Amino acid sequence: MTDIREVTVDELKHLVSERAAQGETMLLNMGPQHPSTHGVLRLLLELDGEIVVSCIPDIGFLHTGVEKNMEAKNYQQAEVMTDRLDYLHPIGNNLVYCMAVEKLCDLDVPPRAQAIRVILAELTRLGSHLIWLGTSALDLAAMSVFLYTMREREKILDIFELVSGQRMMTTYLRPGGLWRDVPVEFEEAVYKFIDHMPSQVDEYQDLLDQNELFIDRTKGVSVIKSEEAVRWGITGPVLRAGGMAYDLRKALPYSTYEQYDFDIPTRTEGDIYARYAVRVDEMRESLKIIRQALNKLPLGPVRSNNRKYVPPPRSELGVSMEALIHHFKLWTEGFTPPVGSVYAAVESPRGELGVFMESDGSAKPYRVHYRTPTFANLQIMPLLTRGYFVADVVAAIGSIDIVLGDADR
Amino acid sequence: MGVEQKLGNMGVVTTRLEQLVNWSRTNAMWPMLFGLACCAIEMMAAQAANYDMSRFGMELMRASPRQSDLMIVAGRVSRKMGPVLRRLYDQMPYPKWVIAMGDCASCGGVFNNYAIFQGVDEIVPVDVYVAGCPPRPEGLIHGVLTLHDKVNHEKLSKWA
Repeated sequence: MTDIREVTVDELKHLVSERAAQGETMLLNMGPQHPSTHGVLRLLLELDGEIVVSCIPDIGFLHTGVEKNMEAKNYQQAEVMTDRLDYLHPIGNNLVYCMAVEKLCDLDVPPRAQAIRVILAELTRLGSHLIWLGTSALDLAAMSVFLYTMREREKILDIFELVSGQRMMTTYLRPGGLWRDVPVEFEEAVYKFIDHMPSQVDEYQDLLDQNELFIDRTKGVSVIKSEEAVRWGITGPVLRAGGMAYDLRKALPYSTYEQYDFDIPTRTEGDIYARYAVRVDEMRESLKIIRQALNKLPLGPVRSNNRKYVPPPRSELGVSMEALIHHFKLWTEGFTPPVGSVYAAVESPRGELGVFMESDGSAKPYRVHYRTPTFANLQIMPLLTRGYFVADVVAAIGSIDIVLGDADR
Repeated sequence: MGVEQKLGNMGVVTTRLEQLVNWSRTNAMWPMLFGLACCAIEMMAAQAANYDMSRFGMELMRASPRQSDLMIVAGRVSRKMGPVLRRLYDQMPYPKWVIAMGDCASCGGVFNNYAIFQGVDEIVPVDVYVAGCPPRPEGLIHGVLTLHDKVNHEKLSKWA
């Protein structure tokens, strides 16, 4: 532990302007323990009075070594770690991982599994947006929104618990389908939730749109337009709030998203209010998708029949020698995909979440790399805060919806 | 207040100083507003309306370590975060307690690698470990009540 120490503000001084050295501007350290950094983000702020001159994000306080750890585990085991990357979007992380493995192995996924994946992924998106709405409103001193959104989030977690037995880290999606079929109560529970939810979304919007403080602090603050955002590799609601309708669910449909009819909400202002409005509209679109998927939920198997990659159902183990051998091989050695590399991507609540996976033909991935939206979106923090008040930094952090587990991995 | 039934006719309660101080410590224990990873989300859920930790006198999360009694280490602690965590602990005034929430903070959890401390007890003394990945809010509340129980049995001679 001797080599571990804190990085001092002095060591970061070369990153700020000359004026700081002469004492004209003030350096302020914000984080990593700060109630409004949404995790463990550290910012070095250079201030001229109350105006931000520059803002330097310091990340890595939640570096978990997930990518390296995955190389030591086989493909089934490594999936457990994906939940914990972007902890507000666990099922989406499972989804992108499974998609990469399926691409690598050329595995088929039955239609029922695809539809359930869409439902669960959209529920996760709703849950993530609810947390974002609650906490970023909390940063702007609107306390009650947080209590309302957490109440609705519990209903989503109850559905996850119903299908998988876990509230957050479900690992319910598996390469080639799902862990098991959803219970019979699933459809009723989801219908009940999506019938109840639209009025709640209206309620949140009422609470914030009629809050003058919220409007004052969000409209015209931290503007970034799409043209600029594209150059920085920004995706997700931050990009769409600047005017560009880019959403992977439409641009590069996966998991049968092309079957569903939904819009991509966009705004043109590019400020914090626009990002808020885009996310709230997205919640409504998610509800639309869930309803369509539920209405035509196909019957059938939820796991691929390819025994080289997907374990056989337990009922076969007692009657089929071959099934027993497959079961034994899969749970002792794991499966071995062909040599090659793939890239798969999904639209996470924060933007494009991609996974690059390279296989050397063994049972363990040779390399797994995550292209995470938060890591890319954090780059624009200096742009979003320069020239604005120091109090707006808090609003700007909230508006790009960072999850440090996603950025640091 | 909950003590009325103990008052009797005289309006007097007899107790020991030890019990009185421990009782008051457990009923207004202010946790530090300090989340690290996934468990922080469940900690927020425990604070919110459905689970409502304020039932145990814990609705006030303090953002400053100087005003808090309890550190809930909610999430994995990376090598880079370790010194920061220790400094925050050192800044808290006595008496102070630590709950290691979740498997990562208790023992490293699924992350047995170069980046993560295999349990936060390598850095700070831990009073209560809460298992789960992440623990349910009920799990955290049980951990808090276990800690209350521990505090209630603290001896006068142990007070720092």
